[in-house]
Amino acid sequence: MTAPIALRNVGLTLGGKRILDGIDLEIARGSFTCVVGPSGCGKTTLLRLVAGLVLPTEGEVQIGGTRVVAPRRDVAVVFQDYGRALLPWRTAAGNVSLALEAMGVAPRARPARIRDLLGRVGLAEHADKFPAQMSGGMQQRLQIARCLAQQPEVLLMDEPFGALDAMTRQGLQDEVLALVGDSGATVFFVTHDLEEAAYLGDVVIGLLPHPGRIARQVAVKLPRPRDQLATRELPEFLRLRRELFDFMRTAEA
Amino acid sequence: MSGLHALPRALAVPALLLIAAEAAMRLGGGTTSDALAPPSAVARALAIGLGDGSLLAASLATLAAAIGGLMLGGALGLLLGLLFGTVPALARLFSITVEAIRPVPAVALIPLALILFGFGYRLEISIVAFAAIWPMLVFTQSAVAGVEPRLIEVARALRLPLGARLWKIVIPFALPRIFVAFRLAAGVALIVAVTVEIAVNPLGLGYGMTMAQQTLRPAEMLAYLVWIGVVGWVLNVALLAVQRRAFGRFM
Ligand SMILES: Nc1ncnc2c1ncn2[C@@H]1O[C@H](COP(=O)(O)OP(=O)(O)OP(=O)(O)O)[C@@H](O)[C@H]1O
Ligand SMILES: [Mg+2]
Repeated sequence: MTAPIALRNVGLTLGGKRILDGIDLEIARGSFTCVVGPSGCGKTTLLRLVAGLVLPTEGEVQIGGTRVVAPRRDVAVVFQDYGRALLPWRTAAGNVSLALEAMGVAPRARPARIRDLLGRVGLAEHADKFPAQMSGGMQQRLQIARCLAQQPEVLLMDEPFGALDAMTRQGLQDEVLALVGDSGATVFFVTHDLEEAAYLGDVVIGLLPHPGRIARQVAVKLPRPRDQLATRELPEFLRLRRELFDFMRTAEA
Repeated sequence: MSGLHALPRALAVPALLLIAAEAAMRLGGGTTSDALAPPSAVARALAIGLGDGSLLAASLATLAAAIGGLMLGGALGLLLGLLFGTVPALARLFSITVEAIRPVPAVALIPLALILFGFGYRLEISIVAFAAIWPMLVFTQSAVAGVEPRLIEVARALRLPLGARLWKIVIPFALPRIFVAFRLAAGVALIVAVTVEIAVNPLGLGYGMTMAQQTLRPAEMLAYLVWIGVVGWVLNVALLAVQRRAFGRFM
Protein backbone atom coordinates (compact mmCIF):
# COMPACT_ATOMS: atom_id res chain seq x y z
CA MET A 1 0.00 0.00 0.00
CA THR A 2 1.14 3.53 -0.69
CA ALA A 3 1.93 5.83 2.17
CA PRO A 4 -1.34 7.51 3.18
CA ILE A 5 0.32 10.90 3.35
CA ALA A 6 3.17 12.00 1.11
CA LEU A 7 4.48 15.50 0.46
CA ARG A 8 6.86 15.95 -2.46
CA ASN A 9 8.95 19.09 -2.51
CA VAL A 10 6.00 21.13 -1.28
CA GLY A 11 6.38 24.90 -1.18
CA LEU A 12 3.92 27.68 -0.49
CA THR A 13 4.23 31.38 -1.25
CA LEU A 14 1.40 33.65 -0.15
CA GLY A 15 1.36 37.34 -1.03
CA GLY A 16 5.01 37.26 -1.99
CA LYS A 17 5.93 35.67 1.32
CA ARG A 18 7.65 32.30 1.41
CA ILE A 19 5.80 30.36 4.08
CA LEU A 20 6.87 26.76 3.48
CA ASP A 21 9.80 25.52 1.47
CA GLY A 22 10.94 22.15 0.14
CA ILE A 23 8.82 19.94 2.37
CA ASP A 24 9.46 16.25 1.68
CA LEU A 25 7.61 13.89 3.93
CA GLU A 26 6.21 10.37 3.96
CA ILE A 27 3.90 9.29 6.72
CA ALA A 28 3.27 5.60 7.29
CA ARG A 29 -0.24 4.18 7.47
CA GLY A 30 -1.62 4.07 10.96
CA SER A 31 1.27 6.04 12.41
CA PHE A 32 1.09 8.99 14.75
CA THR A 33 3.17 11.95 13.60
CA CYS A 34 3.64 15.02 15.77
CA VAL A 35 4.82 18.37 14.45
CA VAL A 36 6.59 20.89 16.65
CA GLY A 37 8.33 24.17 15.97
CA PRO A 38 8.43 27.78 17.08
CA SER A 39 5.34 29.94 16.76
CA GLY A 40 4.71 31.15 13.22
CA CYS A 41 6.99 28.56 11.60
CA GLY A 42 4.16 27.14 9.50
CA LYS A 43 2.78 24.16 11.45
CA THR A 44 -0.83 25.12 10.90
CA THR A 45 -0.18 25.93 7.26
CA LEU A 46 1.41 22.51 6.75
CA LEU A 47 -1.65 20.87 8.27
CA ARG A 48 -3.97 22.93 6.08
CA LEU A 49 -2.02 21.79 3.03
CA VAL A 50 -2.51 18.17 3.99
CA ALA A 51 -6.21 18.90 4.60
CA GLY A 52 -6.56 20.39 1.13
CA LEU A 53 -7.79 23.67 2.64
CA VAL A 54 -4.80 25.37 1.00
CA LEU A 55 -3.09 24.24 -2.17
CA PRO A 56 0.71 24.34 -2.52
CA THR A 57 2.32 26.68 -5.00
CA GLU A 58 5.00 24.06 -5.71
CA GLY A 59 5.22 20.32 -5.38
CA GLU A 60 2.30 18.15 -4.43
CA VAL A 61 0.51 16.61 -1.49
CA GLN A 62 -0.76 13.07 -1.91
CA ILE A 63 -3.12 11.07 0.19
CA GLY A 64 -3.45 7.36 -0.52
CA GLY A 65 -1.48 7.89 -3.72
CA THR A 66 -3.75 10.56 -5.20
CA ARG A 67 -3.00 14.23 -5.41
CA VAL A 68 -4.88 16.47 -2.97
CA VAL A 69 -6.71 19.24 -4.84
CA ALA A 70 -9.52 19.87 -2.35
CA PRO A 71 -10.61 18.68 1.09
CA ARG A 72 -11.64 15.00 1.28
CA ARG A 73 -14.21 13.42 3.55
CA ASP A 74 -11.82 10.66 4.60
CA VAL A 75 -9.51 13.33 6.00
CA ALA A 76 -10.89 14.87 9.20
CA VAL A 77 -9.64 18.06 10.84
CA VAL A 78 -9.81 18.81 14.57
CA PHE A 79 -9.30 22.53 15.07
CA GLN A 80 -7.81 24.06 18.19
CA ASP A 81 -10.62 26.56 18.67
CA TYR A 82 -13.41 24.07 19.35
CA GLY A 83 -15.59 26.97 20.50
CA ARG A 84 -15.69 28.26 16.94
CA ALA A 85 -15.64 24.96 15.11
CA LEU A 86 -18.93 23.71 16.59
CA LEU A 87 -22.41 24.83 15.57
CA PRO A 88 -23.73 26.70 18.62
CA TRP A 89 -27.36 26.21 17.56
CA ARG A 90 -27.07 22.44 17.38
CA THR A 91 -26.89 20.05 20.32
CA ALA A 92 -24.01 17.62 20.73
CA ALA A 93 -26.04 15.06 18.79
CA GLY A 94 -26.82 17.65 16.12
CA ASN A 95 -23.17 18.56 15.72
CA VAL A 96 -22.19 14.94 15.17
CA SER A 97 -25.13 14.63 12.82
CA LEU A 98 -23.67 17.37 10.59
CA ALA A 99 -20.84 15.06 9.56
CA LEU A 100 -23.22 12.15 9.01
CA GLU A 101 -25.43 14.38 6.86
CA ALA A 102 -22.37 15.37 4.83
CA MET A 103 -21.44 11.70 4.49
CA GLY A 104 -24.90 10.96 3.13
CA VAL A 105 -25.91 8.67 6.00
CA ALA A 106 -29.67 8.04 5.84
CA PRO A 107 -31.68 9.88 8.50
CA ARG A 108 -32.94 6.62 9.98
CA ALA A 109 -29.42 5.33 10.47
CA ARG A 110 -28.17 8.48 12.17
CA PRO A 111 -29.45 8.21 15.77
CA ALA A 112 -27.70 4.91 16.41
CA ARG A 113 -24.47 6.15 14.85
CA ILE A 114 -24.66 9.36 16.89
CA ARG A 115 -25.19 7.40 20.11
CA ASP A 116 -22.23 5.20 19.32
CA LEU A 117 -19.93 8.12 18.43
CA LEU A 118 -20.87 10.17 21.49
CA GLY A 119 -20.37 7.08 23.62
CA ARG A 120 -16.88 6.60 22.24
CA VAL A 121 -15.83 10.07 23.40
CA GLY A 122 -17.65 9.80 26.73
CA LEU A 123 -20.47 12.17 25.89
CA ALA A 124 -23.33 9.65 25.88
CA GLU A 125 -25.06 11.50 28.71
CA HIS A 126 -24.74 14.88 27.05
CA ALA A 127 -26.33 14.31 23.64
CA ASP A 128 -28.93 17.04 24.19
CA LYS A 129 -26.58 19.71 25.49
CA PHE A 130 -25.62 22.72 23.41
CA PRO A 131 -21.89 23.48 23.10
CA ALA A 132 -22.32 26.56 25.29
CA GLN A 133 -23.47 24.27 28.09
CA MET A 134 -20.33 22.11 27.86
CA SER A 135 -16.83 22.50 29.27
CA GLY A 136 -13.86 23.05 26.95
CA GLY A 137 -12.79 19.43 27.27
CA MET A 138 -16.29 18.22 26.42
CA GLN A 139 -16.48 20.54 23.43
CA GLN A 140 -13.20 19.22 22.10
CA ARG A 141 -14.42 15.65 22.61
CA LEU A 142 -17.49 16.58 20.64
CA GLN A 143 -15.38 17.90 17.79
CA ILE A 144 -13.40 14.67 17.83
CA ALA A 145 -16.66 12.68 17.70
CA ARG A 146 -17.74 14.69 14.66
CA CYS A 147 -14.42 13.87 13.00
CA LEU A 148 -14.75 10.18 13.84
CA ALA A 149 -18.17 10.28 12.16
CA GLN A 150 -16.28 10.82 8.91
CA GLN A 151 -14.58 7.44 9.50
CA PRO A 152 -11.36 9.14 8.50
CA GLU A 153 -8.30 7.45 7.07
CA VAL A 154 -6.36 10.50 8.17
CA LEU A 155 -6.96 12.58 11.28
CA LEU A 156 -5.40 16.05 11.33
CA MET A 157 -5.23 17.79 14.69
CA ASP A 158 -4.00 21.37 15.14
CA GLU A 159 -3.02 21.96 18.77
CA PRO A 160 -6.28 20.33 19.80
CA PHE A 161 -5.54 20.48 23.52
CA GLY A 162 -3.67 23.79 23.56
CA ALA A 163 -6.48 25.63 25.29
CA LEU A 164 -7.20 22.99 27.93
CA ASP A 165 -5.89 22.61 31.46
CA ALA A 166 -3.18 20.03 32.20
CA MET A 167 -5.44 17.36 33.73
CA THR A 168 -8.04 17.54 30.98
CA ARG A 169 -5.27 17.51 28.41
CA GLN A 170 -3.69 14.32 29.74
CA GLY A 171 -7.06 12.62 29.87
CA LEU A 172 -7.75 13.56 26.26
CA GLN A 173 -4.29 12.46 25.13
CA ASP A 174 -5.03 8.95 26.34
CA GLU A 175 -8.51 8.99 24.86
CA VAL A 176 -7.15 10.01 21.47
CA LEU A 177 -4.51 7.29 21.60
CA ALA A 178 -7.19 4.71 22.38
CA LEU A 179 -9.55 6.01 19.69
CA VAL A 180 -6.99 6.06 16.90
CA GLY A 181 -5.64 2.71 18.08
CA ASP A 182 -9.14 1.30 17.51
CA SER A 183 -9.78 3.01 14.18
CA GLY A 184 -6.32 2.57 12.67
CA ALA A 185 -6.35 6.14 11.38
CA THR A 186 -3.15 7.90 10.44
CA VAL A 187 -2.68 10.92 12.67
CA PHE A 188 -0.93 14.22 11.96
CA PHE A 189 -0.81 16.16 15.19
CA VAL A 190 0.47 19.72 15.58
CA THR A 191 1.45 20.86 19.05
CA HIS A 192 3.74 23.32 20.76
CA ASP A 193 3.97 21.05 23.80
CA LEU A 194 7.16 19.01 23.33
CA GLU A 195 6.29 16.46 26.03
CA GLU A 196 2.91 15.95 24.41
CA ALA A 197 4.63 15.32 21.08
CA ALA A 198 6.98 12.73 22.62
CA TYR A 199 4.21 11.09 24.62
CA LEU A 200 1.81 10.67 21.69
CA GLY A 201 3.96 10.23 18.63
CA ASP A 202 5.73 7.53 16.68
CA VAL A 203 7.61 10.30 14.92
CA VAL A 204 8.21 13.92 15.87
CA ILE A 205 8.95 16.42 13.13
CA GLY A 206 10.69 19.68 13.98
CA LEU A 207 10.10 22.70 11.76
CA LEU A 208 12.32 25.75 11.43
CA PRO A 209 10.89 29.15 10.48
CA HIS A 210 11.46 31.70 7.69
CA PRO A 211 10.64 29.89 5.54
CA GLY A 212 9.04 26.92 7.26
CA ARG A 213 11.01 23.75 6.53
CA ILE A 214 11.60 20.36 8.07
CA ALA A 215 14.78 20.38 10.13
CA ARG A 216 14.45 17.30 12.27
CA GLN A 217 12.66 13.99 12.14
CA VAL A 218 12.88 12.00 15.37
CA ALA A 219 11.68 8.44 15.78
CA VAL A 220 10.01 7.84 19.14
CA LYS A 221 10.97 4.43 20.47
CA LEU A 222 8.65 4.27 23.44
CA PRO A 223 6.55 1.17 24.09
CA ARG A 224 2.79 1.25 23.63
CA PRO A 225 0.38 1.47 25.28
CA ARG A 226 1.74 4.62 26.79
CA ASP A 227 1.07 5.56 30.37
CA GLN A 228 0.96 9.08 31.74
CA LEU A 229 3.22 8.22 34.70
CA ALA A 230 5.37 5.26 33.61
CA THR A 231 6.08 6.46 30.05
CA ARG A 232 7.05 9.92 31.20
CA GLU A 233 9.59 8.45 33.62
CA LEU A 234 11.39 6.27 31.05
CA PRO A 235 14.99 7.31 30.30
CA GLU A 236 14.13 7.29 26.58
CA PHE A 237 11.32 9.77 27.22
CA LEU A 238 13.64 12.06 29.15
CA ARG A 239 16.26 11.81 26.41
CA LEU A 240 13.65 12.67 23.74
CA ARG A 241 12.40 15.54 25.79
CA ARG A 242 15.92 16.86 26.06
CA GLU A 243 16.54 16.46 22.35
CA LEU A 244 13.34 18.34 21.47
CA PHE A 245 14.03 21.12 23.96
CA ASP A 246 17.52 21.57 22.53
CA PHE A 247 16.06 21.69 19.04
CA MET A 248 13.53 24.34 20.04
CA ARG A 249 16.18 26.40 21.78
CA THR A 250 18.31 26.55 18.66
CA ALA A 251 15.24 27.05 16.46
CA GLU A 252 14.12 30.06 18.45
CA ALA A 253 17.62 31.52 18.80
CA MET B 1 -35.03 46.31 31.70
CA SER B 2 -34.73 46.02 35.45
CA GLY B 3 -37.67 43.68 35.99
CA LEU B 4 -41.14 44.13 37.38
CA HIS B 5 -40.04 45.80 40.61
CA ALA B 6 -39.22 48.96 38.74
CA LEU B 7 -42.59 49.03 37.03
CA PRO B 8 -44.65 50.95 39.65
CA ARG B 9 -42.00 53.60 39.94
CA ALA B 10 -41.58 53.79 36.16
CA LEU B 11 -45.35 54.25 35.85
CA ALA B 12 -45.36 57.07 38.37
CA VAL B 13 -44.00 59.65 35.95
CA PRO B 14 -46.52 59.12 33.14
CA ALA B 15 -49.33 58.92 35.71
CA LEU B 16 -48.33 62.25 37.22
CA LEU B 17 -48.07 63.81 33.78
CA LEU B 18 -51.56 62.60 32.90
CA ILE B 19 -52.98 64.01 36.14
CA ALA B 20 -51.20 67.29 35.54
CA ALA B 21 -52.57 67.46 31.99
CA GLU B 22 -56.10 66.72 33.18
CA ALA B 23 -55.83 69.35 35.90
CA ALA B 24 -54.39 71.96 33.58
CA MET B 25 -57.15 71.43 31.03
CA ARG B 26 -59.92 71.68 33.62
CA LEU B 27 -58.48 74.60 35.54
CA GLY B 28 -57.51 76.34 32.32
CA GLY B 29 -61.18 77.31 32.19
CA GLY B 30 -63.39 76.08 29.41
CA THR B 31 -60.68 75.51 26.86
CA THR B 32 -62.36 74.01 23.82
CA SER B 33 -59.11 73.59 21.94
CA ASP B 34 -59.07 72.20 18.41
CA ALA B 35 -55.81 70.39 19.11
CA LEU B 36 -56.03 69.23 22.68
CA ALA B 37 -58.39 67.31 24.93
CA PRO B 38 -58.10 66.28 28.56
CA PRO B 39 -56.89 62.71 29.14
CA SER B 40 -60.33 61.68 30.42
CA ALA B 41 -61.94 62.71 27.13
CA VAL B 42 -59.22 60.88 25.19
CA ALA B 43 -59.87 57.77 27.27
CA ARG B 44 -63.60 58.04 26.55
CA ALA B 45 -62.95 58.39 22.81
CA LEU B 46 -60.61 55.41 22.94
CA ALA B 47 -63.26 53.32 24.68
CA ILE B 48 -65.89 54.32 22.13
CA GLY B 49 -63.53 53.59 19.21
CA LEU B 50 -62.75 50.19 20.62
CA GLY B 51 -66.39 49.52 21.42
CA ASP B 52 -67.80 50.25 17.97
CA GLY B 53 -65.02 48.37 16.22
CA SER B 54 -63.80 51.36 14.21
CA LEU B 55 -60.34 51.35 15.80
CA LEU B 56 -59.96 47.64 15.28
CA ALA B 57 -61.02 47.83 11.65
CA ALA B 58 -58.57 50.67 11.05
CA SER B 59 -55.82 48.72 12.85
CA LEU B 60 -56.43 45.70 10.66
CA ALA B 61 -56.21 47.84 7.53
CA THR B 62 -52.95 49.45 8.64
CA LEU B 63 -51.46 46.16 9.79
CA ALA B 64 -52.44 44.43 6.55
CA ALA B 65 -50.62 47.08 4.54
CA ALA B 66 -47.66 47.17 6.92
CA ILE B 67 -47.29 43.38 7.02
CA GLY B 68 -47.80 43.04 3.28
CA GLY B 69 -45.09 45.59 2.61
CA LEU B 70 -42.85 44.11 5.27
CA MET B 71 -43.11 40.64 3.74
CA LEU B 72 -42.50 41.90 0.23
CA GLY B 73 -39.64 44.27 1.04
CA GLY B 74 -38.28 42.04 3.79
CA ALA B 75 -38.08 39.03 1.48
CA LEU B 76 -36.38 41.08 -1.21
CA GLY B 77 -33.91 42.55 1.29
CA LEU B 78 -33.24 39.12 2.76
CA LEU B 79 -32.58 37.61 -0.64
CA LEU B 80 -30.29 40.44 -1.75
CA GLY B 81 -28.53 40.39 1.63
CA LEU B 82 -27.88 36.65 1.36
CA LEU B 83 -26.65 37.08 -2.19
CA PHE B 84 -24.40 40.06 -1.47
CA GLY B 85 -23.13 38.51 1.77
CA THR B 86 -22.09 35.24 0.13
CA VAL B 87 -20.78 36.70 -3.12
CA PRO B 88 -18.70 39.79 -2.24
CA ALA B 89 -18.01 40.48 -5.91
CA LEU B 90 -21.73 40.94 -6.49
CA ALA B 91 -21.96 43.24 -3.47
CA ARG B 92 -19.19 45.40 -4.92
CA LEU B 93 -20.88 45.46 -8.31
CA PHE B 94 -24.14 46.76 -6.82
CA SER B 95 -22.73 48.88 -4.00
CA ILE B 96 -22.99 52.24 -5.79
CA THR B 97 -26.51 51.49 -6.98
CA VAL B 98 -27.60 50.50 -3.49
CA GLU B 99 -25.92 53.48 -1.87
CA ALA B 100 -27.65 55.80 -4.34
CA ILE B 101 -31.15 54.40 -3.87
CA ARG B 102 -31.06 53.69 -0.15
CA PRO B 103 -31.03 57.31 1.11
CA VAL B 104 -34.22 58.16 -0.83
CA PRO B 105 -36.88 58.64 1.86
CA ALA B 106 -39.61 56.06 1.28
CA VAL B 107 -42.36 58.67 1.60
CA ALA B 108 -40.77 60.67 -1.22
CA LEU B 109 -41.98 57.89 -3.50
CA ILE B 110 -45.63 58.56 -2.63
CA PRO B 111 -46.34 60.73 -5.72
CA LEU B 112 -44.75 58.20 -8.04
CA ALA B 113 -46.53 55.27 -6.41
CA LEU B 114 -49.80 57.21 -6.56
CA ILE B 115 -49.48 57.52 -10.33
CA LEU B 116 -48.61 53.87 -10.67
CA PHE B 117 -51.13 52.33 -8.28
CA GLY B 118 -53.73 54.95 -7.32
CA PHE B 119 -55.11 55.05 -3.78
CA GLY B 120 -55.36 51.86 -1.79
CA TYR B 121 -53.37 48.94 -0.50
CA ARG B 122 -51.01 48.61 -3.44
CA LEU B 123 -49.83 52.18 -2.99
CA GLU B 124 -49.16 51.70 0.71
CA ILE B 125 -47.64 48.24 0.39
CA SER B 126 -45.19 49.39 -2.27
CA ILE B 127 -43.96 52.31 -0.15
CA VAL B 128 -43.65 50.14 2.97
CA ALA B 129 -41.83 47.47 0.97
CA PHE B 130 -39.32 50.01 -0.28
CA ALA B 131 -38.63 51.14 3.28
CA ALA B 132 -38.38 47.57 4.64
CA ILE B 133 -35.81 46.41 2.09
CA TRP B 134 -32.88 48.35 3.51
CA PRO B 135 -32.66 47.25 7.13
CA MET B 136 -33.08 43.64 5.99
CA LEU B 137 -30.52 43.96 3.23
CA VAL B 138 -27.86 45.75 5.23
CA PHE B 139 -28.14 43.57 8.35
CA THR B 140 -28.44 40.30 6.46
CA GLN B 141 -25.48 41.12 4.26
CA SER B 142 -23.21 41.95 7.19
CA ALA B 143 -24.48 38.97 9.21
CA VAL B 144 -23.79 36.58 6.34
CA ALA B 145 -20.41 38.12 5.56
CA GLY B 146 -19.56 37.80 9.26
CA VAL B 147 -20.16 34.06 9.50
CA GLU B 148 -17.42 32.47 11.60
CA PRO B 149 -14.67 31.60 9.09
CA ARG B 150 -13.85 28.46 11.07
CA LEU B 151 -17.35 27.14 10.39
CA ILE B 152 -16.87 27.81 6.68
CA GLU B 153 -13.73 25.69 6.92
CA VAL B 154 -15.64 22.97 8.73
CA ALA B 155 -18.14 23.04 5.88
CA ARG B 156 -15.32 22.86 3.33
CA ALA B 157 -13.61 20.01 5.16
CA LEU B 158 -16.91 18.10 5.16
CA ARG B 159 -17.44 19.01 1.50
CA LEU B 160 -20.92 20.32 2.13
CA PRO B 161 -22.46 21.38 -1.18
CA LEU B 162 -23.37 25.08 -1.55
CA GLY B 163 -27.04 24.60 -0.71
CA ALA B 164 -26.29 22.67 2.48
CA ARG B 165 -23.60 25.17 3.39
CA LEU B 166 -26.12 28.02 3.17
CA TRP B 167 -28.96 26.16 4.81
CA LYS B 168 -27.02 24.40 7.58
CA ILE B 169 -24.26 26.89 8.39
CA VAL B 170 -24.67 30.38 6.98
CA ILE B 171 -28.38 31.02 7.52
CA PRO B 172 -28.59 29.57 11.05
CA PHE B 173 -25.48 31.53 12.01
CA ALA B 174 -26.92 34.76 10.66
CA LEU B 175 -30.48 34.12 11.80
CA PRO B 176 -30.40 35.91 15.17
CA ARG B 177 -29.14 39.07 13.51
CA ILE B 178 -31.52 38.65 10.60
CA PHE B 179 -34.32 38.52 13.14
CA VAL B 180 -33.11 41.75 14.73
CA ALA B 181 -33.23 43.26 11.26
CA PHE B 182 -36.76 41.95 10.84
CA ARG B 183 -37.78 43.63 14.10
CA LEU B 184 -36.32 46.92 12.93
CA ALA B 185 -37.99 46.54 9.55
CA ALA B 186 -41.32 45.80 11.26
CA GLY B 187 -41.06 49.05 13.23
CA VAL B 188 -40.20 50.95 10.07
CA ALA B 189 -43.10 49.29 8.24
CA LEU B 190 -45.63 50.49 10.81
CA ILE B 191 -44.25 54.03 10.79
CA VAL B 192 -44.24 54.24 7.03
CA ALA B 193 -47.72 52.72 6.69
CA VAL B 194 -49.22 55.27 9.08
CA THR B 195 -47.30 58.07 7.38
CA VAL B 196 -48.64 57.13 3.96
CA GLU B 197 -52.15 57.05 5.43
CA ILE B 198 -51.73 60.47 6.99
CA ALA B 199 -50.31 61.88 3.79
CA VAL B 200 -52.63 60.50 1.12
CA ASN B 201 -54.06 57.05 1.52
CA PRO B 202 -57.69 56.89 2.64
CA LEU B 203 -57.46 53.87 4.92
CA GLY B 204 -56.25 52.68 8.29
CA LEU B 205 -55.22 54.37 11.49
CA GLY B 206 -53.38 57.28 9.91
CA TYR B 207 -56.40 58.21 7.82
CA GLY B 208 -58.73 57.86 10.81
CA MET B 209 -56.52 60.18 12.80
CA THR B 210 -56.37 62.77 10.02
CA MET B 211 -60.14 62.68 9.63
CA ALA B 212 -60.63 63.23 13.36
CA GLN B 213 -58.28 66.17 13.21
CA GLN B 214 -59.96 67.74 10.18
CA THR B 215 -63.43 67.38 11.64
CA LEU B 216 -62.25 69.06 14.84
CA ARG B 217 -62.49 66.08 17.18
CA PRO B 218 -59.23 66.36 19.13
CA ALA B 219 -60.15 63.68 21.68
CA GLU B 220 -60.70 61.14 18.92
CA MET B 221 -57.52 62.22 17.16
CA LEU B 222 -55.51 61.73 20.33
CA ALA B 223 -57.24 58.40 20.96
CA TYR B 224 -55.93 57.28 17.56
CA LEU B 225 -52.48 58.52 18.51
CA VAL B 226 -52.50 56.58 21.79
CA TRP B 227 -53.78 53.49 20.00
CA ILE B 228 -51.05 53.67 17.33
CA GLY B 229 -48.53 53.78 20.17
CA VAL B 230 -50.14 50.70 21.72
CA VAL B 231 -50.06 48.80 18.42
CA GLY B 232 -46.37 49.63 17.90
CA TRP B 233 -45.54 48.64 21.45
CA VAL B 234 -47.40 45.31 21.24
CA LEU B 235 -45.70 44.55 17.92
CA ASN B 236 -42.26 45.13 19.39
CA VAL B 237 -42.93 43.20 22.59
CA ALA B 238 -44.33 40.26 20.63
CA LEU B 239 -41.32 40.14 18.29
CA LEU B 240 -38.93 40.43 21.25
CA ALA B 241 -40.67 37.49 22.92
CA VAL B 242 -40.36 35.43 19.74
CA GLN B 243 -36.69 36.36 19.51
CA ARG B 244 -36.01 35.32 23.08
CA ARG B 245 -37.84 32.03 22.63
CA ALA B 246 -36.15 31.19 19.36
CA PHE B 247 -32.59 32.25 20.08
CA GLY B 248 -32.37 32.49 23.86
CA ARG B 249 -31.10 28.96 24.35
CA PHE B 250 -27.69 29.26 22.80
CA MET B 251 -27.07 32.98 22.41
N1 LIG C 1 -3.23 33.42 4.52
C1 LIG C 1 -1.98 33.83 4.81
N2 LIG C 1 -1.42 34.84 4.11
C2 LIG C 1 -0.18 35.29 4.40
N3 LIG C 1 0.57 34.78 5.37
C3 LIG C 1 0.08 33.77 6.10
C4 LIG C 1 -1.21 33.25 5.86
N4 LIG C 1 -1.45 32.26 6.76
C5 LIG C 1 -0.34 32.17 7.51
N5 LIG C 1 0.58 33.07 7.12
C6 LIG C 1 1.93 33.24 7.67
O1 LIG C 1 2.57 32.00 7.59
C7 LIG C 1 3.43 31.80 8.69
C8 LIG C 1 3.11 30.48 9.33
O2 LIG C 1 1.83 30.56 9.96
P1 LIG C 1 1.22 29.31 10.73
O3 LIG C 1 -0.08 29.74 11.29
O4 LIG C 1 1.21 28.14 9.84
O5 LIG C 1 2.28 29.10 11.89
P2 LIG C 1 2.20 28.13 13.15
O6 LIG C 1 3.48 27.39 13.19
O7 LIG C 1 0.95 27.34 13.12
O8 LIG C 1 2.18 29.16 14.34
P3 LIG C 1 1.53 28.97 15.80
O9 LIG C 1 2.45 28.08 16.57
O10 LIG C 1 1.53 30.36 16.35
O11 LIG C 1 0.17 28.40 15.62
C9 LIG C 1 3.23 32.98 9.61
O12 LIG C 1 4.30 33.86 9.43
C10 LIG C 1 1.94 33.59 9.14
O13 LIG C 1 1.95 34.97 9.35
MG1 LIG D 1 -0.76 27.19 14.37
